[in-house]
Amino acid sequence: MAGGQKKFVVGSFDDEAVLFPAVKKVRKAGYKIHDVYTPFPVHGLDHAMGLRETSIHTAGFIYAVTGTTTAVTFMSWVFTKDWPLNIGGKPHFALPAWIPITFELTVLFAAVGMVLTFCYLCNLAPFVKKHIFHPRATDDLFVMAIECTDKTNDAEVQSFLENAGAKEINVQVAETGWWIGRYDREQKLYKEEKGY
Amino acid sequence: MSLLKYESQQREPLVDGNKDYHQVTEDIVRPIEMKPSRLWYIGFYISVALLLFGVYSIYREVTYGIGQWNLNKTIGWGWDITNFVWWVGIGHAGTLISAILLLFRQGWRTGVNRAAEAMTIFAVMCAGQFPIWHMGRVWMAMFVLPYPNTRGPLWVNFNSPLLWDVFAISTYFTVSLLFWYSGLLPDFATVRDRAKTKFRKMMYGVAAFGWSGSTKHWQRHESLSLVLAGLSTPLVLSVHTIVSFDFATSIVPGWHTTIFPPYFVAGAIFSGFAMVQTLMIVVRKVLNLQDYITLGHIEAMNKVIVLTGSIVGCAYLTELFIAWYGQNQYEQWAFFENRGNLFSPYGWSYYLMMFCNVVSPQLFWSRKLRRNITVTFFMSIIVNIGMWFERFVIIVTSVYRDFLPSSWSTYYSPSIWEIGFYLGTFGLFFTCFFLFGKYFPVIAIAEIKAVLKTSGENYKAKMTDIEKADAEKFYIEEVEHAH
Repeated sequence: MAGGQKKFVVGSFDDEAVLFPAVKKVRKAGYKIHDVYTPFPVHGLDHAMGLRETSIHTAGFIYAVTGTTTAVTFMSWVFTKDWPLNIGGKPHFALPAWIPITFELTVLFAAVGMVLTFCYLCNLAPFVKKHIFHPRATDDLFVMAIECTDKTNDAEVQSFLENAGAKEINVQVAETGWWIGRYDREQKLYKEEKGY
Repeated sequence: MSLLKYESQQREPLVDGNKDYHQVTEDIVRPIEMKPSRLWYIGFYISVALLLFGVYSIYREVTYGIGQWNLNKTIGWGWDITNFVWWVGIGHAGTLISAILLLFRQGWRTGVNRAAEAMTIFAVMCAGQFPIWHMGRVWMAMFVLPYPNTRGPLWVNFNSPLLWDVFAISTYFTVSLLFWYSGLLPDFATVRDRAKTKFRKMMYGVAAFGWSGSTKHWQRHESLSLVLAGLSTPLVLSVHTIVSFDFATSIVPGWHTTIFPPYFVAGAIFSGFAMVQTLMIVVRKVLNLQDYITLGHIEAMNKVIVLTGSIVGCAYLTELFIAWYGQNQYEQWAFFENRGNLFSPYGWSYYLMMFCNVVSPQLFWSRKLRRNITVTFFMSIIVNIGMWFERFVIIVTSVYRDFLPSSWSTYYSPSIWEIGFYLGTFGLFFTCFFLFGKYFPVIAIAEIKAVLKTSGENYKAKMTDIEKADAEKFYIEEVEHAH
């Protein structure tokens, strides 16, 4: 579950225009970016960080095909094998009449499957708790967490981030994984953190 | 960082005022963090009272049977199915805004999509009540589901449009809910991270599913939203198409027409946008969100109303033409006597429908009226009334005189319990909507922030210089980098 305690140098940026070159510089310098937390999807940031494309849409396609086949095979089995009902003398294998339900189940399977996959991949569920590097990462700051190894010189990384334009820099020791918990425990409230 | 992120100066800003990211959060989260106003309580209690009246009406119906509604031969479908179609139709605007406009890259959807999707979900919840309670023996409602049973097993009829409806509506509700909630996760996280009380931190912490804003998560979230939008687009068209099949596949004069699917879908979007206008005009005023739901948004929706209203108008005229051209005496009777004759028992409802849906929206060809809030609000009510009467006309005028004159109903008027049921769904809808307005971010915060620097008023003003400077930077950084 948890990846154990790790040390991070955390730099917060208040402008995505500063963040992009900073990401580039940090990567060039050879530091390992653990993650960048942003309040909204910043387009192109995934590429700048060198993340690979997500294949969640492929999963969606597979779920959709599963839905289609489930619907068609089930209705065929019911109406031709299990209980061939005579409906006005029409053919038992009434494929055109099954199009609506087949379509609906295709969409249903794809949507439900994709959302569950999304939650699974991103570790999202009620009562899941993760370390929040900066509470304003969901408000107006772009928060970059750089992972430290034994060899990393914290002070060097901090001054590097400062040069790159970070507004707030600190060092945090945190668990990288997720755990079951509630956000009202063991975390300071926002007003204590920052005077809003 | 392409130049495409810049928006033409000709376009109206989507967010007015001098905003930065933090201000956006403040403006949208403020209503959640404040105590609700006296007006909110009054509205909420009225809604709950209506809901309770609806519950009592349903109790009467379940205890004494469908006869409690004035349904009788030949009118088996009266107010209840009218209301069902009306509510489902209203739901369509939310999906249109959140899905179809996303695919068409219409930036203005960001201001209204969250509330419109909420409206969709609540409207579908209301719609679902009608066919369920109309079953009469509601304790056997699960018979519509294809589950292994001890009756054979006897399966449902997959060839029946009524069963298609079961699948369509339940899929529509599920997918809309998932789409809506996945969009809400980041915004709940915003509320959680700035919570000032322990209780709020816990509740929104649970609701946000542990969202952190990680770049990888955003990447997946974007992909998910896009695919869900792609799935919802044909879905929303299919839902009202299938609702129209309930009528179109029958042989009842006035229902037996192939034009129904597109005509129903256009009508659904038409009525849905009217409902969005009604709600948004109130919400923006009460929650002080005029900077996010601007006159530009209202105008854009009015354009959709005049377009879809005119499509509906074309459909009405096409029906009349085909009734005449088709030379089927029963069709002609349905259209020219039951509906078109002003002095027949229900003729008035046909002309009311024509006036509300076809004539009155034509006012919106004028830009001045499209941008007038009072006119828009008034018009949105008229359209909602008109679209209710459309369904009433389709259902009642087709069935109150059937093929056997001796069984003609002289006049059908709803009972108090039938009306009470309808009012009860209003109660359900507004109870949900009031709770939504109080406890949910009514505007998609993250999506507004994503368009803020391209479409915010203060940023657009500065944009000319930035564009120039960035073009050079873009050339140096990106083009050279590419080689």
